[in-house]
Amino acid sequence: MEEQFPIKKVMDDQGNLIDSSYEEKIDEELVRTMYYNMLRIRTFDRKAINLQRQGRIGTYPPFEGQEASQVGSALALKDGDWMFPTYRDHGATLTFGADMVRTFLYWNGRHEGVVPPKGKNIFPAAVPIATQIPHATGTAWAEKRKGTTNIALAYFGDGATSEGDFHEGLNFASVFQTPTVFFNQNNGYAISVPIEKQMNSKTIAQKALAYDMPSVRIDGNDCFSVYFEMEKAVNRAREGSGPTLIEAVTWRTGAHTTADDPTKYRPDGQGEEIVHPLDRLEMFMKNYGHWNEEWISETKEKIENEVEAAVEAMENSPKANPADLFDYVFEQNPEHLEEQKDQYLAQLKGD
Amino acid sequence: MDLKVEQKPEVNSKTKQMTMIQAINDGLKTMLELDEKTILLGEDIGKNGGVFRATEGLQEVFGEDRVVDTPLSESGIVGTSVGLAVNGFKPVAEMQFMGFIYPAYDQIMTHVSRLRMKTLGHYSAPMVIRAPYGAGIRAPEIHSDSAEALFTHMPGVKVVCPATPYDAKGLLIESIEDPDPVIFMEPMRSYRAKREDVPEGKYNVEIGKGNKVQEGTDITLIAWGAMVPVAEQAAKQAEEQGVSCEVIDLRTLYPLDRELIAESVQKTGRAVIVHEAHGTGGLGNDILSVINDTSFLYLRSPIERVTGFDVPVPFFSLEDHYLPTAKRVLESIYKSVNF
Ligand SMILES: Cc1ncc(C[n+]2csc(CCOP(=O)(O)OP(=O)(O)O)c2C)c(N)n1
Repeated sequence: MEEQFPIKKVMDDQGNLIDSSYEEKIDEELVRTMYYNMLRIRTFDRKAINLQRQGRIGTYPPFEGQEASQVGSALALKDGDWMFPTYRDHGATLTFGADMVRTFLYWNGRHEGVVPPKGKNIFPAAVPIATQIPHATGTAWAEKRKGTTNIALAYFGDGATSEGDFHEGLNFASVFQTPTVFFNQNNGYAISVPIEKQMNSKTIAQKALAYDMPSVRIDGNDCFSVYFEMEKAVNRAREGSGPTLIEAVTWRTGAHTTADDPTKYRPDGQGEEIVHPLDRLEMFMKNYGHWNEEWISETKEKIENEVEAAVEAMENSPKANPADLFDYVFEQNPEHLEEQKDQYLAQLKGD
Repeated sequence: MDLKVEQKPEVNSKTKQMTMIQAINDGLKTMLELDEKTILLGEDIGKNGGVFRATEGLQEVFGEDRVVDTPLSESGIVGTSVGLAVNGFKPVAEMQFMGFIYPAYDQIMTHVSRLRMKTLGHYSAPMVIRAPYGAGIRAPEIHSDSAEALFTHMPGVKVVCPATPYDAKGLLIESIEDPDPVIFMEPMRSYRAKREDVPEGKYNVEIGKGNKVQEGTDITLIAWGAMVPVAEQAAKQAEEQGVSCEVIDLRTLYPLDRELIAESVQKTGRAVIVHEAHGTGGLGNDILSVINDTSFLYLRSPIERVTGFDVPVPFFSLEDHYLPTAKRVLESIYKSVNF
């Protein structure tokens, strides 16, 4: 199966193009967009880890190592499309247009954190594993029924393929030929469980065979491979040719979450040879004349300022409103719930 | 005042200071040693020792065949446990958090609970399903649910929820030895909250028996799991105002210890039921009906309930507003005694 689904690359891990036909397709604008977004989400990610360590936000699941997968895939979407992230995909949602202040708020236990900007179809991060997969099939199905060319993109990890929802979501997509892209980030581990204990199949891409669905296995640390393969899948979906499963082979460089200790289950030195996606892009930029020190340092500064400002805004935002516990359970709350709310808020006032 | 009312059974062994999570680990280890049919299944329970370290070190001792890191599938874990159980093994399955038990709900509701009844006793699926539950540790969403009422409403499974390290180990061993399926709820907030003396080796705490943790005369507080310390705190504050509270830790949620509830409420004539789960459809209502059926004529005031609100368990910035507090319990105590 590994032969049937070879890992597709556009560049090698030293940033040299393997397929020179891509040289024309990769213009300065794409390179800079890629670099800017990858650096931006990495800066966000590292900041979030620090904030957690200082007790300024809650438990946080870092995505470092997966920047190319998240940015490359998110950049292939356009407004009107739908994104269904997991808890580890804030790099993708930020790239697609989620608000950074709200993203920090989410990790501070705030419901405000899941509200997307106007006009952006970004679902709340799925915490129960694989549950978002059928949602992406359903929204895509609705777009198809409405006759639009919008598509839905579902993110999920390797562990998620063990849940029923993964198979149910793919089967529905296959039966109803919905414009859905199922984007798997195979980062080697589901918490402590390595892929070879998660499944006996050698690839995740091969699981699409059972649903007669096109699939591809790509180097998830190669932002161009991710972007161009994603583009193909998206175009197929827009044209009415149905769903695709993409397996992006990548690596979680850090812990599962800030509460996790990977030294418990990862052999010493495992993954150290993997070239970080951002380093790889940097080498590419140097190899092909896209590296411009001035632009790089401006970009870095701009991003750092943005992240700092977002942290400040998160910390200065008004406290969570206890009325929010009650106000959105139903469009029109039943009487007893209004009573619970009134009583509790009165009690709080009395304090 | 005699605080520890219940006499702990004599155990022929030394004790060790343990937290609840250590006591659970020790209970699992004890049963793995004593009964080779015992098999542990779950996500990240082997090499990683569980995300809370409940199974720490067990795979090293008992091997990958008995302490099994399963694929990420709760329905798979419980479904295969049915198969293992009918074919000679005693599965002890871990749900990483109770909020992730829902994919297994189908298996529990349609098979685990009714296999014995529907086959007239020919088959049964004795197993223990452990599930850390509850809010208050700033966990991400869904991790904080208290879903006991879904299971107490399900005939054919027992539901157990210890509040102390001692009870956690003794009830876990009892659950593993029980001939029927047991949902074993573990209050995450209490995992490392305190240490107490826990006997080494095997001992049992009976399922179906609550524990009077504090004797009192004016009012009965009924709680379990993470709400026991909250009730105790309220009782202490009430005591300072001259209200004597009896505190009951139910320990088993199905079947209820009707006798203990009735005896206490008949003595005090008042009761406050405290639980973390939502009020509507909550177990408090069943306790109310036990009181109604057994003790109506002894009551001096309406029964009070202090519960989570009828809203989904919120993200953690609001969880302190969701959870019952000693203050809310205290208000209900006063409402009841001043009726
Ligand atoms: C239904 C369900 N079961 C268990 C969990 C606990 N849990 C959180 S993340 C995780 C591992 C997920 O692994 P994978 O799908 O590979 O994604 P990754 O975390 O590697 O991005 C588990 C078991 C959960 N969130 N939901």
